Amino acid sequence: MATALRDDGMRDDGRASGDPRQLDTPTTSERPPGWWGMVGLIMTEASLFTFLLFSYYYLGSLSPQWPPVARPELTLSGPNTMILLASSGTMWWGEAGIRRGSRGRLISGLVLTFILGAVFLSIQMIEYHKTKFLPQSHAYGSVFYTITGFHGAHVAIGLLMVLFVLARALCGHFTPARHLAIKNAAMYWHFVDIVWLFVFITIYITPRFWWHQ
Amino acid sequence: MASIAARLDEEWRTPHSLYGELSTVDHKKIGKRYLVTAFVFLIIGGLEAALMRAQLIGPNERWLSPDQYNQLFTMHGTTMIFWYASPVLSGFSNYLWPLMLGSRDMAFPRVNALSYWTFLFSGLFLYTSLFLGQMPDRGWFAYAPLTELQYSPALNMDFYALGLLFLTISTTIGAINFVATAFSVRAPGMSINRLPIFIWSTLTTSFSMIFALPALSVACVYLWFDRRLGMHFFDPAQGGSAMLWQHLFWVFGHPWVYIIVLPAMGIASMVIPTFCRRPIAGYTYVALATVSTGVLGFGVWVHHMFATGLPPLSMTFFSGASMTIVIPSAVSLFAWLATLWGSKPVIRTPMLFMLGFICLFVIGGLSGVATAVVPYDWQLTDTYFIVAHIHYVLIGINLFPVIGGLYYWFPKMTGRMLDERLGRWNFWVMFIGMNVGFFPMHIAGLLGMPRRIYTYDGSMGWNTVNLVTSLGAYLFAIGVLMFVWNVIKSRVRGAIAAGNPWDASTLEWSTSSPPPEYNFEVIPTVRSRDPLWEDRLEPPEQSSLREGPTLTDGRLTVQSAPLDADRVRLLHMSEDTLLPLIVALVMLALFYALLFRIWGLALAAAVMLGVATAWWLWPQHPEHGEG
Repeated sequence: MATALRDDGMRDDGRASGDPRQLDTPTTSERPPGWWGMVGLIMTEASLFTFLLFSYYYLGSLSPQWPPVARPELTLSGPNTMILLASSGTMWWGEAGIRRGSRGRLISGLVLTFILGAVFLSIQMIEYHKTKFLPQSHAYGSVFYTITGFHGAHVAIGLLMVLFVLARALCGHFTPARHLAIKNAAMYWHFVDIVWLFVFITIYITPRFWWHQ
Repeated sequence: MASIAARLDEEWRTPHSLYGELSTVDHKKIGKRYLVTAFVFLIIGGLEAALMRAQLIGPNERWLSPDQYNQLFTMHGTTMIFWYASPVLSGFSNYLWPLMLGSRDMAFPRVNALSYWTFLFSGLFLYTSLFLGQMPDRGWFAYAPLTELQYSPALNMDFYALGLLFLTISTTIGAINFVATAFSVRAPGMSINRLPIFIWSTLTTSFSMIFALPALSVACVYLWFDRRLGMHFFDPAQGGSAMLWQHLFWVFGHPWVYIIVLPAMGIASMVIPTFCRRPIAGYTYVALATVSTGVLGFGVWVHHMFATGLPPLSMTFFSGASMTIVIPSAVSLFAWLATLWGSKPVIRTPMLFMLGFICLFVIGGLSGVATAVVPYDWQLTDTYFIVAHIHYVLIGINLFPVIGGLYYWFPKMTGRMLDERLGRWNFWVMFIGMNVGFFPMHIAGLLGMPRRIYTYDGSMGWNTVNLVTSLGAYLFAIGVLMFVWNVIKSRVRGAIAAGNPWDASTLEWSTSSPPPEYNFEVIPTVRSRDPLWEDRLEPPEQSSLREGPTLTDGRLTVQSAPLDADRVRLLHMSEDTLLPLIVALVMLALFYALLFRIWGLALAAAVMLGVATAWWLWPQHPEHGEG
């Protein structure tokens, strides 16, 4: 058999091949398979929310009155939206920290993100508590709780991701060049925030402008 | 140099033990398991069909009750469409992708194993309904409101909703794995314009799955919420809509048609050039046609709903969109014909199946175009004409290429050839049985026979067509069993296959048959679309199949850049582990808990899933620095 290259790109007879550069693992910006995995997950989740929101608009278009109850208030959901958007900011700030080699900034960013996300979920619980209908009341109730519930579940999963990468950050796993888990958790977190904007506009804003009361 | 093979063998070998079998992440084993399991489901679905055809062989037969008949046709459709047609193609893709791409495994070997186990367990979950006598019984597309609790109080449709949700997990993670694999672990130099057409087709369907499956998941979640949590998605009395189910189901359902035919068409695009002894004609057009079929598949779902009273403008749009699909389909068809044209094709069994497939593809395609025409559809919807169409499409464009593909790749998978003589009998019995069985269904439909009736009166004029259909269906079943027999026989006694028994052109044939567990001793460097035909095609640059990185220190393969596959990097692949099996078992427990509404168990399973996921994602070797 012909000469094979060694792992370092050198032939076994010691001569340099066409590419003598040491083979190394990909950096985060070179998109290792895990990056594609997260992109795939986000694509399918984006599609999931598209169909959830489609259901809302579809049922609304068939109803003589939509929502069939008083439209949801902005008193809690408005500030809560700001809180979630702020958490994207802290996540970005932390991720930018590790890119510059500051583990402390990464950890602070993750802790702040976790706190803001947890506050968002708590306020949503309060909002549920104050809502005067149930998922079983009517189709609007079903779709309202299902969409916001699915989103809440995604925030919860995002929080678990943040905890997971926080633990890894404390173990010192990340470097400026290689921190894929951070990038993935951040991508997921930003995605969940952007989805909330669509959910928020659909459920809280459109009834003020478009739907027949 | 033998030491390289020995070192690689030590790194990649899975021990021959129970632990080894349960913990393996080898894509070749997983691919073969997918194929075998899907074939078991094919045979189960076939038995269900055989029972129905026995009832319909003559008029006024009543040995199956209407209720049993409902369960049989529902399970037949559900099994074939969800647990056979797509997983069998996943089997091909799992087995072939790393070999075709010049890699040592898929991008996520453990996810691959998880995808198989969840496929298997979701099928077992679905079929526990058999033992409770509560199989799904509202048709494979399960129209609301018949599926709602008040019309279906037992567990039948819970099995359907939860079983499909479970399967969706398997299919989705599998699709994401294919996307990640296609964009990261290709051999150096395998740029996207050198990808085999089969890779293009499975990549297209993987994207379709990623975007279409959530519609099915959402529909099944709504159904289960309606049934078991008292919600009202499909309940018009409370502001819901039964049509919501139909929209969600078919937004998913029509892309699904292309998901289960495009990779099979990709198989044809691999086999036909090999036996025509020339590269496929119009490579770029076939690749583009494949992708555009996948995209257009998302814009045609309403043609399943022409009879539901939608506005005429909507129907006109979707009718036009449906007819547009003909264009990319015809591009592929004419590319195959152009490849055949003027070549001297070698007619062996795999090629026979591809030629049969082309005939059936045309018939099934034409009856599809016919039903895209609204008035024609109004006349024929819910008749046997539609049943004939769906079987020409699914058997013609899925099963024929699948069996032809198995004749083609069986030597690679096992190191033995399938029996050629039996193969020819196998083809002709299947082909004749298929046409005798399913062509008369068109006529039954034109004569007004509705689908899904459990019996019919002798005065309707449907006796002869049904008799012929049943006999043809049994002949067809004998053909399928001949294939199974050929596999069993040749597995042990078939002629020994060389590495490249068909003198084919793609990378999977450059390694031994069966391939070693590490696939390639040397990661190949690719410089043309047909690396094994470079001696006669004489491309400007030659691929390097015997010289390149050997990567013997650990389970390693290379990453290359997404489009040009240049910038080579090193990747550490997963070791064998029981984790995928454990996660799949916990999911099985979760779905049973939801089925029987044991909320404590469901919560416990969800917590265990979270713990197992964290364990899975925690790096075994942080020093590898892959993030």
